[in-house]
Amino acid sequence: MSVRILYCNCTYAKVVPPETKQEVLRRLGDSGVAFDAVADLCDMSARKDPALKKLAEGGAVRIVACYPRAVRWLFHAAGAPLPKEGVEVLNMRTDKAEDMIRKLEAHP
Amino acid sequence: MNAPLRVVLYEGPGSAPLEAEERFRTLSALLEGGFEVTRPANGGPVARADGSAVLLLGKFDRPPQGEPGVEVRDLAGLDVEKVVAAAREVRERTGARNLGGWKPWFPVIDYDRCTNCMQCLTFCLFEVYGVDANQKIQVQNQTNCKTDCPACSRVCPEVAILFPKYKSGPINGDVVRQEDVKREAMKVDISALLGGDLYASLRSRQSDARKRFSTERDESRALLERKRCLKELGKQLDIPDEVLMSLPTVEDIQARADRAKAKLADRQARSQTVKDTRPAPTEREWGI
Repeated sequence: MSVRILYCNCTYAKVVPPETKQEVLRRLGDSGVAFDAVADLCDMSARKDPALKKLAEGGAVRIVACYPRAVRWLFHAAGAPLPKEGVEVLNMRTDKAEDMIRKLEAHP
Repeated sequence: MNAPLRVVLYEGPGSAPLEAEERFRTLSALLEGGFEVTRPANGGPVARADGSAVLLLGKFDRPPQGEPGVEVRDLAGLDVEKVVAAAREVRERTGARNLGGWKPWFPVIDYDRCTNCMQCLTFCLFEVYGVDANQKIQVQNQTNCKTDCPACSRVCPEVAILFPKYKSGPINGDVVRQEDVKREAMKVDISALLGGDLYASLRSRQSDARKRFSTERDESRALLERKRCLKELGKQLDIPDEVLMSLPTVEDIQARADRAKAKLADRQARSQTVKDTRPAPTEREWGI
């Protein structure tokens, strides 16, 4: 079964290197893979956005955002816990854009 | 709460592909504008439909047939600014939720680490924390949190409080290492930080301040002393100056302490009932 991709743009803070998030978004767009993108997972979590539920559900998902521990508990805080299995978080605060793109394109 | 508008950027049968730069700029502008964007492609999976309003964007060969709840805009001839403006217009007209407007800064609890010690609840002066029906700590008022202030995470003995937008680990969600736990443990006793018993210390400082005012009438000296103490506390806990400036007065803190003590007394009284035979929590267990 294919893995969904969810990209967080971290719009409302400058903690993700802009060149990393832009490169990942650009390459995702060019790659021809399907994906969902949100402006800011933190904002959605704070508002307990019901959309997080649909993003958490639906099987395996690869989330391109920040630290895995932060992502996991952001979903939990919004009442939309991520499943224990089938979730991989790629960290744009620490990982190289090239490495992340390789992972995203390798197993679409 | 209304669902946000979902923008679908379509490139596939019945439409012309976007130029690479145009695609990137459109995606980026929509996300910077606070929109949720789905890019379906090659039959790959995306999040399920959930009844939220949808705006379908693409360079269509001919206008697709509309469906209820789905608005269509042809990207041909629209620059990025016009695309974002169109999305805003649809969002407003459909009553979809508008994201953004603040830097989402608030604590997130790592329940794998949290021991429900209530230090954060006791420490936070802005009532960000509360407890649920089972007396479990939770973040209840995210928007009360003071932007860029991570102080409550500094007093958490288990390094269980995250601020995902904080600059450094482990507060930003990075892996917690043993040395982090040790370092935080040195700072956790907020009572010790303020000189033993927090409330006794506050009472003492209040009394000292009154004496100083009554004997010396030296307001500027007292203000200088307060400023010095706050600066020291701010440095230790990485609290921004603007947060320190908005701290409650000593009287406000005392009133809050009184409320916390009343809550504790109530809890102690209830814990002595027939139904709940657990020993009453001590002040230390409640962190006050």
